Amino acid sequence: MLAIWKKELQNYYLTPIGYVFMGIFLLVGGVMFYLGNIMGMTPSVATLLGNLNYIFMLTVPILTMRLLSEEKRTKTDQLLITSPRRIWDIVGGKFLAAAMVVLLTTCCTLLYVALLSRYTNRLYPAAIACNYLGFLLLSLSYVAIGLLMSALTESQVSAAVLTLGVNLLLQILESVFSSSSFALPAALSFLRPVLSWFSLYSRYNQFAAGRLSFANILYYLSFIGLMLFLSVRVIDRRRWSEGG
Amino acid sequence: MSLPIRRRHGLKGECLMIEIQHVTKRYGDKLAVNDATFTIRKGEIMGFLGRNGAGKTTTMNIITGYISASRGTVLLDGYDILDNPREAKRRIGYLPEIPPLYPDMTVNEYLRFVCAIKDVKRSRIAAHLNEITELTGLGEVRRRLIRNLSKGYRQRVGMAQALVGNPEVVILDEPTVGLDPGQILEVRRMIRQLGEDHTVVLSSHILPEVADVCDRLVIIHQGRIVAEDSLEHLTRAGENGRKLRLRIAGPEAEVLQTLRETNGVQQADSLGSREKDSVDYLLQGENGKDIRAAVFHRMAERGYPILIQRPVDPDLEDIFLQLTGDSGEEA
Repeated sequence: MLAIWKKELQNYYLTPIGYVFMGIFLLVGGVMFYLGNIMGMTPSVATLLGNLNYIFMLTVPILTMRLLSEEKRTKTDQLLITSPRRIWDIVGGKFLAAAMVVLLTTCCTLLYVALLSRYTNRLYPAAIACNYLGFLLLSLSYVAIGLLMSALTESQVSAAVLTLGVNLLLQILESVFSSSSFALPAALSFLRPVLSWFSLYSRYNQFAAGRLSFANILYYLSFIGLMLFLSVRVIDRRRWSEGG
Repeated sequence: MSLPIRRRHGLKGECLMIEIQHVTKRYGDKLAVNDATFTIRKGEIMGFLGRNGAGKTTTMNIITGYISASRGTVLLDGYDILDNPREAKRRIGYLPEIPPLYPDMTVNEYLRFVCAIKDVKRSRIAAHLNEITELTGLGEVRRRLIRNLSKGYRQRVGMAQALVGNPEVVILDEPTVGLDPGQILEVRRMIRQLGEDHTVVLSSHILPEVADVCDRLVIIHQGRIVAEDSLEHLTRAGENGRKLRLRIAGPEAEVLQTLRETNGVQQADSLGSREKDSVDYLLQGENGKDIRAAVFHRMAERGYPILIQRPVDPDLEDIFLQLTGDSGEEA
C-alpha cells in the first residue's frame, strides 16, 4: 500500500494536477476569506470552513478523477493486479495519496486562523480543532466518492463529472429534504428522518457547532470505508465479468 | 481457502511450473477460451501460437490472475491463482501486449516502483536494477522520462518490469509486435537468455517468430487448444510432402505443364519471373510424398535446368490446415 501511496503522491506533484488543485483552492479560498471574514468582520472559523467546504466539493473531483480510470484506460492496471498486492492495497494507497494532498491543502488554511487570532480573542482552540476535524472528514468523504466514480469509468472526464454530480446531488437532497417548507407527500414523509440521518452535511454542522461526537466520527469513517469497499468490488467484479 | 501445503506434480521426475486445467472464459455467448488444458514444465520456453483473436491474450490474462476464468483452475508451481494469489503472483513476471508503463515517470522511478510492489528487498533494489537494465540494454536511458522513449525502448522497459523480483515464470504477450527487424532479433536474444534460468511463455501469431526460440508449442484456435507438441512433431506429418520452391529455366507454360504431369505432384503454381529466362514455381506434393527426386529427373529429361530448389518452411496456416482442416480464412 505504501508503494502505491508514494507513487500517487509523487504523480500529483510530477504532473500539474497537484499544483492546479492547491492553487485553485487557495486562490478561491483566499478571496472567500477576504470577503467572508475580513470584509464581513467576523472571526468565525465555522464561516470560513463552511465556505472552503464548497470549494473542496467542486475541486476534489479534479484530484480523484484519474486515480483508477487512467490505470484502466492505459492498461497499467495489469501491472498492479498481476503483482502480489491485493486490490485493497491499490485502492487504499490511492485514497491515502489523495487524502494527503487534501490534508496538506487544509493545513495551508491554518494561516487564515492565525490571521484571525491577531484580531480577536474569541477563538477557542478546542472548538477550532473540532471544526477542522469535521471539515477533514467531510472532505475525505468527497475523496472517497471521487475514487469510487473513478473506478466506475475509463474516462477521467466522466469520473470528474460523475463525482461533481453526486456531490451536488447529495447537497441538494440534503437542503431540499431538511427544509420544512418542502411539502413531502405523506407516503414519503418517513424519508425525511432517514435522509437527514444519512446526510453528510447535517453531521458536519454539528462539528461546526463545536459538538464532538464519536457517532459522527464513526459515521464518516464508515462512509469512507463503504466507498472504498465498493471501489474494490467494482475492480474485482470486472475481473469476473463475462459480458460481451 | 488457501492451502499452506505446497503441491508438487511430477511428470517423469520433471516439475510442472504451470498447469492449466479445463479453463473456460465466456464473454457474452462467445467462448474466448474453451476448455483449455495444458502444462508447462519448469525451465522450458513455450510458444503460445494462434491467430489474432484466438484467445491467446485472454489465456495469458487468466494465468497471470488479471482476469478470472469462468471455469477451470490455473496452478503456478502448485499454487492456485485464485485461492492463493499472493504466492502464485510472486512467481510471475508479465509483459502484456501493451507494456504497462507510466509515461510521467523516469525509467528508474518506474522500475523502483515495480520493485516496491513486487516485494524486492530495499537493500537489494540497486543491484537488482543494475542487473535487469544491463540484460535489457536500458543502461543509458535510466534517467529519461518514459514518455520520451521510442517504442523499442518502451518494450524493453516493459520487459525489464517483467523481470523485477526474478520471477520463476516470465509471460510475454506478443513481445515483438511493432518492432523493427533489428529490435526483433534483440528481443529473441533476450528471450533465449531468459530461458536459461526461467520458465518462459511467449505468445505470437507468427510461426517463425516462436519456432527458433521455443522448445514446445501450444496452438490455440478459436479458443480451443488444438495441439501441444514440439515444432518437429507438429510439422513432421508434412515433412516430406512439404512445399517446394523451384526456379527453372525454360518456357513457363511448358514447364508448368510438365510439373503438373510429374508423378506425386498435387499442385504447381507459377510465382512469376525473378531472374532472366527463368520462372519461379511453388510445388505441393501429395500427402507425405517426397517429390524432390521425381521433379529433378523429369526436368532433366526435358532439358529444363533447375536453378534453385528449396523446401518452404511450413507456416502457421499449413499447421492449422493439418490440424483443423480449417482453410485459414477468418471465421
